[in-house]
Amino acid sequence: MTVSPPEQATAETVEVRIPRKAEWVAVARLAVAAVASRMRFTIEEIEDLKLAVAEACTNAIQSSDGAEQIEILCETDHAHLRVTVANRRGFGGAIVPPPPADDEVRIDGLGVFLIRSLMDDVEYDAGPENGTRLVMIKRLAS
Amino acid sequence: MDIKVNVRETDTETNIVELAGEIDVYTSPKVKDALGELIDRGVYNLVIDLEKVRYIDSTGLGVLIGGLKRVREHGGTVNLVCTNPQIKKIFDITGLVKIFGIYDSQDAAMKASV
Repeated sequence: MTVSPPEQATAETVEVRIPRKAEWVAVARLAVAAVASRMRFTIEEIEDLKLAVAEACTNAIQSSDGAEQIEILCETDHAHLRVTVANRRGFGGAIVPPPPADDEVRIDGLGVFLIRSLMDDVEYDAGPENGTRLVMIKRLAS
Repeated sequence: MDIKVNVRETDTETNIVELAGEIDVYTSPKVKDALGELIDRGVYNLVIDLEKVRYIDSTGLGVLIGGLKRVREHGGTVNLVCTNPQIKKIFDITGLVKIFGIYDSQDAAMKASV
């Protein structure tokens, strides 16, 4: 599945970086909720976004790739909110080989099922340069 | 962000577990410990009241599923109290409505667990 919008030229971005610890997940989901509330998302859609982002962060915490931080990038335009949740290996972090690119086993399960159910588009990428990355798009109702 | 757990004994074999707050990857171990402690003591019929829970994620669902599995090994039940549409929606889309009894009040959940 290709996850492309928002276009770079028109997007506004908000980036949050949290320690890869359970106690910080609430900060990530509240930050994304704040971004979504500036758009025309309904309360129910904002709750969907909060849960999807929390699930992505939880997955990042439960993975064992040595990342020290989780980056949450929100890109908005008039029609979409695109959220990227990425593991970043910090300086001095353990160097662990990334999983194969086609391996979704680690994020599969109830959390990923929820993400796929609540978001309009989802893409998982486990490239060696970026760490692991989950991209999710929620579209505004037209 | 926290979760409050209040356990109430009743005049039946069923205990009521009232949860308040947010159940996520950070707080769910506290809920798991509370349920585990009850089950270890031989309490196999539980009503878990989610009315004051504002948020639950897959780790919270996992704790509830784990509790249900454990009590079922002893012929027990877990019935939930939940009227929050957003939380009910999560039980709906995950299919957990078919596994848990979900009721609008503690009274209804208690009657179902007898």
